[in-house]
Amino acid sequence: MQTQELKNVASQVRRDILRQVHACQSGHPGGSLGCTDLLVGLYFNTMKLAQDANGNVVFNMSGNQEDVFYLSNGHISPVMYSVLARRGYFPVKELATFRQLNSRLQGHPTPHEHLEGIRIASGSLGQGLSVAIGTAQAKKLSNDTSTVYCLMGDGEQNEGQVWEAAMYAPHHKVDNLIAFIDENGQQIDGPTEKVMSNRDLEAKYKAFGWQVLRMDGNDMEEVINTLAHAKSLLGQGSPIMILMKTEMGAGVDFMMGSHKWHGVAPNDQQLADALAQLNETLGDY
Amino acid sequence: MKFTYETKKDTRSGFGAGMEYLSQNNPKVVALCADLIGSLKLEAFIKNSPERFFQTGIAEANMIGISAGLAIGGYIPFATTFANFGTGRVYDQIRQSVAYSGKNVKICCSHAGLTLGEDGATHQILEDIGLMKMLPSMVVINPCDYNQTKAATIAIAEYEGPVYLRFGRPVVPVFTPEDQKFEIGKAIHLIEGTDVTILATGHLVWEAIQAAEILEEKGIKADVLNIHTIKPLDTAAILASISKTGCVVTAEEHQINGGLGDSVAQFLSQNHPTPQEFVGVNDSFGESGKPADLMEKYGLNAAAIVEKSIKAIARK
Ligand SMILES: Cc1ncc(C[n+]2csc(CCOP(=O)(O)OP(=O)(O)O)c2C)c(N)n1
Repeated sequence: MQTQELKNVASQVRRDILRQVHACQSGHPGGSLGCTDLLVGLYFNTMKLAQDANGNVVFNMSGNQEDVFYLSNGHISPVMYSVLARRGYFPVKELATFRQLNSRLQGHPTPHEHLEGIRIASGSLGQGLSVAIGTAQAKKLSNDTSTVYCLMGDGEQNEGQVWEAAMYAPHHKVDNLIAFIDENGQQIDGPTEKVMSNRDLEAKYKAFGWQVLRMDGNDMEEVINTLAHAKSLLGQGSPIMILMKTEMGAGVDFMMGSHKWHGVAPNDQQLADALAQLNETLGDY
Repeated sequence: MKFTYETKKDTRSGFGAGMEYLSQNNPKVVALCADLIGSLKLEAFIKNSPERFFQTGIAEANMIGISAGLAIGGYIPFATTFANFGTGRVYDQIRQSVAYSGKNVKICCSHAGLTLGEDGATHQILEDIGLMKMLPSMVVINPCDYNQTKAATIAIAEYEGPVYLRFGRPVVPVFTPEDQKFEIGKAIHLIEGTDVTILATGHLVWEAIQAAEILEEKGIKADVLNIHTIKPLDTAAILASISKTGCVVTAEEHQINGGLGDSVAQFLSQNHPTPQEFVGVNDSFGESGKPADLMEKYGLNAAAIVEKSIKAIARK
């Protein structure tokens, strides 16, 4: 896809995020908006996904012979659900059921209700990178040359399990893995710097044996180019980490620049103000 | 006796009020939190005693270990987060560094059970009472309203030993007295009756009171006890009630496996075999939804207690 087309998809995804969260008056818009460009870039451009003869995506739990993405920071489920639906994994109108009783779109993603596109439950932070590494190793064992991707939050880096996984992947030469950290500098109790400083993530991951890249996660062109560059570095004995600077709430002016919108839904007026800033490119559900 | 209430409040705010009291009245109390200060209502404690608060970041396992170390140094740590992350996620840290090592750590958790609502099953732990009560020496408390949670918070600071204090997110009727004294392990007799014993804990206590009123209209007199402490269980109070009624319903916002009902059944089977019915989640995970809708779907409300009471009576 051309960059402009990807930007159009991202605009629609941002609308979907806001409308999902608004409808049930709960959920996490801030991180979802910040990570929209990455997920759109991955699913609509970079990832090699299993498709049927008509070119429609098909979901296989195993993910064999296709690229696999894991969302470790499961609270940003609205962006995950929108991107999966818009990519064709399940009906877009199902987004209207987000967080409601008897929905497959649970507050945090889960395979428990058999939602196409979700392979593992996340929501309890710090567990996704381990799962991604395991899948990457399964691919190696099966001579499957596709790639595994995993997104984490910067607050999520507080969890010890992240660093157990960070140690393991280079040790086992898991070089078919590209991970991301959403460096929006925010978590629930305030700026990450104040709550529990990550200090220098680049130096830390390098010391653990990762190749580390940086990108502006809200610049679609840069996202696409950095992903392409990262792929060219695969197969060289070490996993790749992309430190992604984003703006929490990106795309909606009054949601940017603080942690206030981490887990708060907009009211009717705020929704209208936010939607006015985002073009309806693919049609609202 | 008729129970009434003027306000509804969340039990976690009762915890916050208890912590505010402790910040002013017990210099040995320290608080820890894993990036959820607002959800745990710790703002007042932190404002009063910033030097006695430790932000751990999203690192619950570390928080338990730090707490054990603080306890060795003579402080009384209150380690706080959501119930799923404060129990299940860090079970071995609690087991080894707190329970087995006999450390005076208070694990205080909000958002227990289904009633946290929309966040869904990843956060809705329904196994925490079981996990914690299985640990030798661990005291397990699940208060029913704002006032009782505040009183329990203050009381556990005076008790020497590991405690798990469980509370929640939704606003529920405040019906227990404001100035109550909280006695760990002492059940509270709420309603006198002779036909069926209802033993309820946490958010289900108010539902049990409602159930008793519905049963009364049907001519059934329920004996209702507030079992705020699941361990140690007030077996004397339970036995006294069951000797009158001859059947029992237990009610809790928890899996039936491993919950209050389990403890009651274990005790009664050895001491006074009694027909028992269980109101609890029956071996399934929760899901996203509005708290009241979830309690309805999973059979955890007054209507369910009424139904089980009638069943228990029929089995006498
Ligand atoms: C193990 C665990 N502890 C606590 C939480 C509660 N929680 C949800 S999101 C969050 C903050 C996450 O920060 P970050 O990873 O930076 O994500 P962002 O706020 O940027 O979306 C916390 C503490 C959780 N979901 N899991």
